[in-house]
Amino acid sequence: MPAVSKGDGMRGLAVFISDIRNCKSKEAEIKRINKELANIRSKFKGDKALDGYSKKKYVCKLLFIFLLGHDIDFGHMEAVNLLSSNKYTEKQIGYLFISVLVNSNSELIRLINNAIKNDLSSRNPTFMCLALHCIANVGSREMAEAFAGEIPRILVAGDTMDSVKQSAALCLLRLYKASPDLVLMGEWTSRVVHLLNDQHMGVVTAAISLITCLSSKNPDEFKTCVSLAVSRLSRIVSSASTDLQDYTYYFVPAPWLSCKLLRLLQCYPPPEDGAVKGRLVECLETILNKAQEPPKSKKVQHSNAKNAILFEAISLIIHYDSEPNLLVRACNQLGQFLQHRETNLRYLALESMCTLASSEFSHEAVKTHIETVINALKTERDVSVRQRAADLLYAMCDRSNAKQIVAEMLSYLETADYSIREEMVLKVAILAEKYAVDYSWYVDTILNLIRIAGDYVSEEVWYRVIQIVINRDDVQGYAAKTVFEALQAPACHENMVKVGGYILGEFGNLIAGDPRSSPLVQFNLLHSKFHLCSVPTRALLLSAYIKFINLFPETKATIQEVLRSDSQIRNSDVELQQRAVEYLKLSSIASTDVLATVLEEMPPFPERESSILAKLKKKKGPGAVTVELEDGKERGELNGGGDRGGDAAIAASNASTPSPSADLLGLRSTAPVSGTTPSAGSLLVDVFSEAGPSATSAGVNDDGFLSSAPPTVASEDPAPPLPESDELLNKFVCKNNGVLFENQLLQIGIKSEYRQNLGRMYLFYGNKTSVQFVSFNTTVSCPGELQSQLNVQTKTVEPLVEGGAQVQQVINIECLTDFIDAPLLNIKFRYGGALQNISLKLPVTINKFFQPTEMAAADFFQRWKQLSQPQQEAQKIFKASHGMDTEVLKAKLLGLGTALLENVDPNPENYVCAGVIQTKAQQVGCLLRLEPNAQAQMYRLTLRSSKDTVSQRVCDLLAEQF
Amino acid sequence: MIGGLFIYNHKGEVLISRVYRDDIGRNAVDAFRVNVIHARQQVRSPVTNIARTSFFHVKRSNIWLAAVTKQNVNAAMVFEFLYKMCDVMTAYFGKISEENIKNNFVLIYELLDEILDFGYPQNSETGALKTFITQTGIKSQSKEEQSQITSQVTGQIGWRREGIKYRRNELFLDVLESVNLLMSPQGQVLSAHVSGRVVMKSYLSGMPECKFGMNDKIVIDKQGKGGGNGCQSIAIDDCTFHQCVRLSKFDAERSISFIPPDGECELMRYRTTKDIILPFRVIPLVREVGRTKLEVKVVIKSNFKPSLLAQKIEVRIPTPLNTSGVQVICMKGKAKYKASENAIVWKIKRMAGMKESQISAEIELLPTNDKKKWARPPISMNFEVPFAPSGLKVRYLKVFEPKLNYSDHDVIKWVRYIGRSGIYETRC
Repeated sequence: MPAVSKGDGMRGLAVFISDIRNCKSKEAEIKRINKELANIRSKFKGDKALDGYSKKKYVCKLLFIFLLGHDIDFGHMEAVNLLSSNKYTEKQIGYLFISVLVNSNSELIRLINNAIKNDLSSRNPTFMCLALHCIANVGSREMAEAFAGEIPRILVAGDTMDSVKQSAALCLLRLYKASPDLVLMGEWTSRVVHLLNDQHMGVVTAAISLITCLSSKNPDEFKTCVSLAVSRLSRIVSSASTDLQDYTYYFVPAPWLSCKLLRLLQCYPPPEDGAVKGRLVECLETILNKAQEPPKSKKVQHSNAKNAILFEAISLIIHYDSEPNLLVRACNQLGQFLQHRETNLRYLALESMCTLASSEFSHEAVKTHIETVINALKTERDVSVRQRAADLLYAMCDRSNAKQIVAEMLSYLETADYSIREEMVLKVAILAEKYAVDYSWYVDTILNLIRIAGDYVSEEVWYRVIQIVINRDDVQGYAAKTVFEALQAPACHENMVKVGGYILGEFGNLIAGDPRSSPLVQFNLLHSKFHLCSVPTRALLLSAYIKFINLFPETKATIQEVLRSDSQIRNSDVELQQRAVEYLKLSSIASTDVLATVLEEMPPFPERESSILAKLKKKKGPGAVTVELEDGKERGELNGGGDRGGDAAIAASNASTPSPSADLLGLRSTAPVSGTTPSAGSLLVDVFSEAGPSATSAGVNDDGFLSSAPPTVASEDPAPPLPESDELLNKFVCKNNGVLFENQLLQIGIKSEYRQNLGRMYLFYGNKTSVQFVSFNTTVSCPGELQSQLNVQTKTVEPLVEGGAQVQQVINIECLTDFIDAPLLNIKFRYGGALQNISLKLPVTINKFFQPTEMAAADFFQRWKQLSQPQQEAQKIFKASHGMDTEVLKAKLLGLGTALLENVDPNPENYVCAGVIQTKAQQVGCLLRLEPNAQAQMYRLTLRSSKDTVSQRVCDLLAEQF
Repeated sequence: MIGGLFIYNHKGEVLISRVYRDDIGRNAVDAFRVNVIHARQQVRSPVTNIARTSFFHVKRSNIWLAAVTKQNVNAAMVFEFLYKMCDVMTAYFGKISEENIKNNFVLIYELLDEILDFGYPQNSETGALKTFITQTGIKSQSKEEQSQITSQVTGQIGWRREGIKYRRNELFLDVLESVNLLMSPQGQVLSAHVSGRVVMKSYLSGMPECKFGMNDKIVIDKQGKGGGNGCQSIAIDDCTFHQCVRLSKFDAERSISFIPPDGECELMRYRTTKDIILPFRVIPLVREVGRTKLEVKVVIKSNFKPSLLAQKIEVRIPTPLNTSGVQVICMKGKAKYKASENAIVWKIKRMAGMKESQISAEIELLPTNDKKKWARPPISMNFEVPFAPSGLKVRYLKVFEPKLNYSDHDVIKWVRYIGRSGIYETRC
């Protein structure tokens, strides 16, 4: 670059700046600036042309004033003029001004682009560099449009100077990041990749940034870069520290370039070519070897550079996850760092080990460091390092060390920082659940958890305890005993009261034999906490009391007394009051038999993904989840940042229904539409529902649903149903919950429940935008004869849906007789003034009203024969459109609503199902037989029912499913 | 009550810090500096609330005075105290500047101890203070003198000591007014008011009883039944008095009687809004000639008796922000374009009443790509005239000293009227 000559010193500028610096007050500064601005204005206005030097000086002053925070509204033209100067300094100032001050201002951008174009086509490398820097600094869409085609040409041209190539590569990278659609590499790809072979290290460093970015977007096109990168890397790694001259940094050859190369390789799977792979492994080994060598310098820069390469290499090793030898070596290397003096190194080592722990090859090696990590958790001074240590403990946990790790984490929890407590609690809860060998240990752990960090124990954790206690007979007694003991502490956390209330309510009888925990003692213990609790807990306790009445008739009088007291029966909270009134009535009216049925022990919960895990995933953000999905292919036993483990003991099956919202106690039952007598099961569930006022027991609220809801009159005709709505319908034949519809604006989720001939559907309309929907209106209509077959009642929804909000609509469905069509759902709303009109088919199909029927083989065949008339049978032979997996088929058939009968058909490959379709008018028995033919990938489906239309319809529906 | 008092220089360095109450911590000093003195945007409000602490500040040249409190105090009282504090400091060592404050910091702490006790303002009368806080080192006072000071300071008339004696009994009365105006380009008065004060400097012997009379409308109307001379009366909107004035007597009879402190004091402050004599009229004429030129013509007319002379006249004509050059022609005085203030400043030394003068200017503009239109700030004016624009006249000031043998006739009295411009603006 040309040296700045003495005449370019710009004394005026220096004087001006020192004047400003010497100003005593803000006012004085403003005065000085005003004066200068007036001076510059008069100079720019002046008729005689300014010479380049003074133009540059004034533009510089303007720039300085702008950077001080004042508005500049002139001088752009002069700056653009400077661009065409031949002097480097003038051009530089011009470009500087433009990249700082020019926005996408229409008149000037053309002139600027012109000047840039001139500079790019000049053969002067410094000018080209300036122009490229300007493009990169502005980086606007306009710039990209104008120059995206030009720059790749400069980048790969043979006669371009190295320094220009560097600038061009970085400039292109910037444009690509700003507007990827405009930068089309196409024809240049291979030549850009070959820049990796360039003689000049600077060019390679610049180019590799570009290639890494490009190849992360479309890896296939840049595949060839792998071998080039490997050879380049091996050349650097094997070179002596003096070989690379300028690019050796504190005895480390080209550390930045090495890191970037290693990072580029992480975009790709391990190279398939054996030679390349061998070379790469050799490189990585060399890097690991070098880490063992004594440092060549005591300077911190030397070790920083060395470690940077090492960590990048380790993450590449982890990424490949195929070289057990390397993984173990990496792990040992990190182990050394765990006790290093540098906090940063310890942090990085813990972080990398976390990922290593999820690899099957190095898991054992990581486990050897458990003592060090526990020590770090206890003694480390930096909270972020402690957090990493906790993460690592979680990741390295397995059956062998679970007890130790959980105990350590629990003891650490007492002193842990508030910011990481909730996450720690979740982790402890998950580990305890996952590696529980005996459930008493699990219960102990969780109760301890609640005791130590009650505030941070989220709902999911204690839901889960209850789920497990209910599902496991062997632990119930122990749980009741432990809870009882825990509750005796003078101050216990509200979550403990919740768990205690629930478990004693269910299993209090198991410990009632002991005089120290007699029913009355239990009740008094619970009731002593009652007044300290919040409303939802009190509601739960009331439910526990009514259960006590059932379990221990001797407590009836005491409990009725409590329920009758004014603080319950006249409580200002509607929920509590209603519970008190209803329970009191229930206990005094119902006979013991009825009471026993109504207040029966909770049925086991369906096994599903642990809701705690879902919560942890949510906490960690979506990134963590995707990592898990990639990592957790076949590592059942490892926690690798999360877990997929199909752990046998718990069987936290992470399969079909990932719905964290379906919480343990919120299983709202469908209250019968015509229901005067709520069925026992429904009440039972409702009694324990925690879903707030909307889910109060029995049919009180439900009556409200039925009384109103006349079909709303729409101003415009409903749009015809979407073409894909039939497809959507098929999606829901075998399942009840899911996303019905989604576009850019709206998401409709669905949750439905059916019992006998009645159904209730919850529709969730989610506004995906940040703007509210106005005049939001939905109608459900039954076209044609469906009107006489199906009785659909809806509740109107709020006409306003706020941005990001979700509204819920309840639809009650009664099946009068069998039907074929589906009701139409029409949604209208205004989004930003434009009317949106969407019509969908509601996924209500005849099979939803199936009631499963279990029967023996003989029974089945007898009925099968009874329905032998030709019109009663419907048969279809069709090709499989999905895989013929047994489990999937079973799940689908169960989802259909029928009972799957085992050992009925002589051919074990075949599936046989039976069910009764409940309509108001009649009940239609239905038998089904599905015969898969694995070789031909065909199915034969036969349906027999007492009604011909039903057979046909069900057959049609089902044929679409396989 | 006031919890503490800080004085800062322009950089925000603390010059004086006096904390009176425990609820004001050390960090209050920094809080004010960070949030007010070094604030990104200029803080206009004189009261700032930071973390439940109130800061009241006034600025004298480059010096910030800030009073701090955590309680709900009477803000007017605090400001009155701060102004008084400024007066006292000026009386002791002249101009309030960083240099002076640093040189007198012992004195200032001494004063602060005296005039503010546990945050409650005390006697801040300069005359009284000067008797016992002196700058000339420790002057050993005799027992009698000391007891005399005590009895005076704690007595009924704390502002005046007994036994003052002058050979010539003299008194000076200044009526100082500042007139504020906002006028539309068409000459319509949008708002106008005068705030004035009567300052008295007395050199009288003994404990004289004084009575002050002016052409207050209420008083004149009351007397009007009997006498009824053609004297113009004025309506005073509100007024405040020096502590020496007997307020009970004012409330009952509307007569102002008092025993004045020795030396200078501000006898009263008042405000009027009706029948104001506007000393000058500004007639602006702005014409935009294309995008790059602006022609301005301003005429000023003096509107008072031709025998009187206005002084120190200064007209400030704002120029657009993209001014690149200005040519000015004026018949009287000197005019100059001041780029640092974005204004043309026209100065005239003297101007008699009922005259007019004009200036015309050509302003060249630099075309900008900014579409914002120039906001046209108003033309402002400064002047000084030898009469009271409110029309206030001193009718009499009688002095009675029954104990000593001089009468009202023996006192030499001087009266002076000065009208100054406050914010005197005309839109253009």
